[in-house]
Amino acid sequence: MAIVDAGTAIADQPAHMHEPTGWFTQYVWSQDHKVIAIQYGITAIFVGLVALVLSGLMRLQLGFPETFHFIDPNAYLQFVTMHGMIMVIYLLTALLLGGFGNYLIPLMLGARDMVFPYMNMLSFWTYLLSVLILLASFFVTGGPTGAGWTLYPPQAILDGTPGADMGIILMLMSLAVFIVAFTMGGLNYITTILQARTHGMSLMRMPLAIWGIFVATALGLLAFPALLVSAIMMTLDKLLGSSFFMPAIVSLGEKLDYAGGSPVLFQHLFWFFGHPEVYIVALPAFGMVSEVLSVHARKNIFGYRMMVWAIVAIGLLSFVVWAHHMYVSGMSPVFGYFFATTTLIIAVPTAIKVYNWVLTLWRGNIHLTVPMLFAIGFIFTFTHGGLTGLFLGNVVIDLPLSDTYFVVGHFHMVMGVSPIMVLFAAIYHWFPLISGKKLHDGMGKWHFWITFLGTYAIYLPMHYLGFLGVPRRYYAMGDTGFTDTSVQSLNAGITVSALIVGVAQLIFIFNLIYTVRNGKKCERNPWHAASLEWQPAVYPPPHGNWGDKLPIVYRWAYDYSVPDVQQDYIPQNVPQDAINELSKPRGKSL
Amino acid sequence: MKLAIVLVLLVIFTLVFHFVSPWWFTPLASNWSSIDFTVNVTFWVTGLVFIAVNLFLAYVVFRYRYSPKRKADYDPENRKLETSLTLLTTVGVVLMLAPGLFVWAKFIDVPKNASQVEVLAQQWHWSYRFPGEDGVFGKTHAHFISDLNPMGLDPKDLNGQDDIIVEDNQLHLPQGQPAKVLLRSKDVLHNFAVPQFRVKMDAVPGLVSYVWFTPEKLGVYDILCMELCGIAHYAMRGKVVVETSSEFKVWLAEQPTFAQSQQTATRDLAAGKSLYMVCASCHGQQAQGSVVSKAPALAGQHQSYIVRQLQHYQQSIRGTYEADDLGRQMASMSSTLPDLKALQDVAAYVESLSHINSPATIRNADVKRGEKVYQNCARCHGQEGEGNLALSAPKLAGLQDWYVRRQIHFFQHGLRGGHEADYFGNQMQLLAKTLNSEQAIDDVAVFISQMKNNAVQK
Repeated sequence: MAIVDAGTAIADQPAHMHEPTGWFTQYVWSQDHKVIAIQYGITAIFVGLVALVLSGLMRLQLGFPETFHFIDPNAYLQFVTMHGMIMVIYLLTALLLGGFGNYLIPLMLGARDMVFPYMNMLSFWTYLLSVLILLASFFVTGGPTGAGWTLYPPQAILDGTPGADMGIILMLMSLAVFIVAFTMGGLNYITTILQARTHGMSLMRMPLAIWGIFVATALGLLAFPALLVSAIMMTLDKLLGSSFFMPAIVSLGEKLDYAGGSPVLFQHLFWFFGHPEVYIVALPAFGMVSEVLSVHARKNIFGYRMMVWAIVAIGLLSFVVWAHHMYVSGMSPVFGYFFATTTLIIAVPTAIKVYNWVLTLWRGNIHLTVPMLFAIGFIFTFTHGGLTGLFLGNVVIDLPLSDTYFVVGHFHMVMGVSPIMVLFAAIYHWFPLISGKKLHDGMGKWHFWITFLGTYAIYLPMHYLGFLGVPRRYYAMGDTGFTDTSVQSLNAGITVSALIVGVAQLIFIFNLIYTVRNGKKCERNPWHAASLEWQPAVYPPPHGNWGDKLPIVYRWAYDYSVPDVQQDYIPQNVPQDAINELSKPRGKSL
Repeated sequence: MKLAIVLVLLVIFTLVFHFVSPWWFTPLASNWSSIDFTVNVTFWVTGLVFIAVNLFLAYVVFRYRYSPKRKADYDPENRKLETSLTLLTTVGVVLMLAPGLFVWAKFIDVPKNASQVEVLAQQWHWSYRFPGEDGVFGKTHAHFISDLNPMGLDPKDLNGQDDIIVEDNQLHLPQGQPAKVLLRSKDVLHNFAVPQFRVKMDAVPGLVSYVWFTPEKLGVYDILCMELCGIAHYAMRGKVVVETSSEFKVWLAEQPTFAQSQQTATRDLAAGKSLYMVCASCHGQQAQGSVVSKAPALAGQHQSYIVRQLQHYQQSIRGTYEADDLGRQMASMSSTLPDLKALQDVAAYVESLSHINSPATIRNADVKRGEKVYQNCARCHGQEGEGNLALSAPKLAGLQDWYVRRQIHFFQHGLRGGHEADYFGNQMQLLAKTLNSEQAIDDVAVFISQMKNNAVQK
């Protein structure tokens, strides 16, 4: 492909801009995208661990009911709610975009930093504020909200639901602040991707990770406002007694002053955000896993253009499927035709992505490194989760399965386990770049096997509880006419798996700390990757990333095992006439 | 290598799990076999894709594992392969979607001969309404809701006068008759779901949604609330009884119409007082209860609760277990009250008495902790223990601590509230189990016994 000047006016900022002047500005009040990324990453992993503990507590109640004194129905619903909200928003969205988006965008595109470094810094501190507000809700009277992560009114703001006073208000505030943080970060990512690509980095030469982050960010900027307005409207309903979402209600025997509002309106707004949110998480993961698969299979990504268009198509379609979360919400059932059709259409580009990942491996030369194990594990979990989505998307099948454990199993496979597999793949893959050190291999493998097999043992059986009709969000099943004691045994088994998987994450945390403290410096570009982020001279790259001169890009990011070239990868910044140089036999090759 | 084997094993494990798992759809009890058919089609299509993709993946991981002697192919695109895979996927999707949409068309289209029944959901209870002889429902609105008119019918609407009101949690339906279920909610979102019928729908305050099905198999099925509705969501259960149409007609005729439910007989306190003399031997002249005869305080209790419990004793719903000797004693005592009017009179008299708190008998209880534990109970029984008529929750304030403890134990161990006609007892069984230490029970029992009983009920 020819070198294209892709509007790189802003890219070559002077390297000394917003340079750190001391320890404080280097590590705390930093405007460097790499430091901000790590700040995002550490914060997100920390709240993620809180959410992991909450899920363990939840499982203790389900697996061994009537055992744990401190888990009453209030606490149980609070665990469920906070687990879900933290995982989806404060861990996955923040780590994938705030963490990896920040780290990778400038490096993969050959920019010195984000276009608006100061705003980037504010984005992190605003995110941290939202996390603190969220965590504060654990310490207020009544505790955090227990309305489920969907926060459906009227119950979210009425007595009878845990945390219906301070808890829900703090939750809504935290979300609003998070959205402010996301908007600052998101505008930055979009602008940087469009404006600050180095010479030769045309859009169709961008790595798929950037495509995923780019489209996901655009989705976020369009979808989060729907959540923001619904959070504001619900706060007004709660505090000022407006009736956006509140019809005339008699709550626990008491007539309330609300009239005329619509709870279904909230659901439309929520899912207009909520469904794209699935892809805000999934698309960066799709992109990042493509990088890992290609590098470790020593093979170009198969069907790059198809992959790009699939990402774009999924992004567009994700805005016209939201009401498939609402088939049994009481909205006009006629919508069912439309949303079932759009939902199943989205399966086509998604399936193409799965095929192309597998076909990338096909005829590759596969190194089963730890990141590669997680990436291949992702293909398995995502295929499983994607296929069960075809049940729920097909409107009539949703009738028996909606609000059962089938749904819980499905969304955990598709947007819990799968993006987290990618996040682990990404952390193991890019850790040498971030720290100059490789994470410990043996610990990484244990971490992979326990996580991969353990999560399947958790979620596969849940689908079958769903077929049986076991409802989700039940504190206890009690006696029914359609379940027997085997359900309780299965729940106990699921809990045991969940606890094992939960504890196994300590291996990962230990590995991180151990490697940072005791790990040896690894060689430069240890995976022999072709994409641009690996090409700086030192790891981690210095402030400004590229030294005096920006790199020039001559090719796409996937030139692996090119015929007639000795070295099995050609970095993006190697010009055509230097390739002969690479063709000479090397002392060390992979 | 290891990974390839594990991937194959996972596919095999999934298949084996699928075929030996005892957890699968309950036997169908409605007309919706077409939903099961669509599920099966989807299962076949997705199952084959799952097996094919993962076995191929395992093969690729094994076949193209790293070898220093080999170099990977350079293979950027393959139009033909990509196009044919896209087309194949599209065919699969159409195969699943098409039957789905046809069945959906049936789901939307309620049969002309369907009979109507309304289900009203509230935290955490179901009640039902049939349109009565005229076949037309009376209008409703939240602002008509009162203790006497819990379903909120417009008292002036003539169409509503003959509507049949079922306050019980059991819904009866005739076999083979298509039923259009209209769904309403008083407070928050709920969801009417019967696993054996396959279909479900939310009940949303402010609008009327619907779902239809034909019950085809005789039997009793669970109604579950499947939309999170607050702390007792999991305890919001009901039953649907599918019976022959003649049995159904008999049952329906026994249920009161709206007009009948509005007639309030005046209670005869003097008659109640003389009937109470028998009770006084154990429960005390002022119905203050007695620790010696182990009789709970009754003074000030809601009459509707007292009537319901006396009926339960009379109908062998409460007080039937060997271990509940006092309950069995009550069951025989209750038969001294000859008819409903006697029950109502004595209950009215008891409610009119003013309550006297008894001293706590349980040592080592922590009232502060008990107050915290009580917050869960307060949702239904009221912040002051005053009870809540709309939720059929009795007054608790000032009940003796030993009595509260015994009743919690009974609920926990199935000695009370296990009978299927005792809906609120069923619910209390589930809720009492949240108190899973003796200390918590003692704390809350003492806290309740020390609450002042003068609060006005809602």
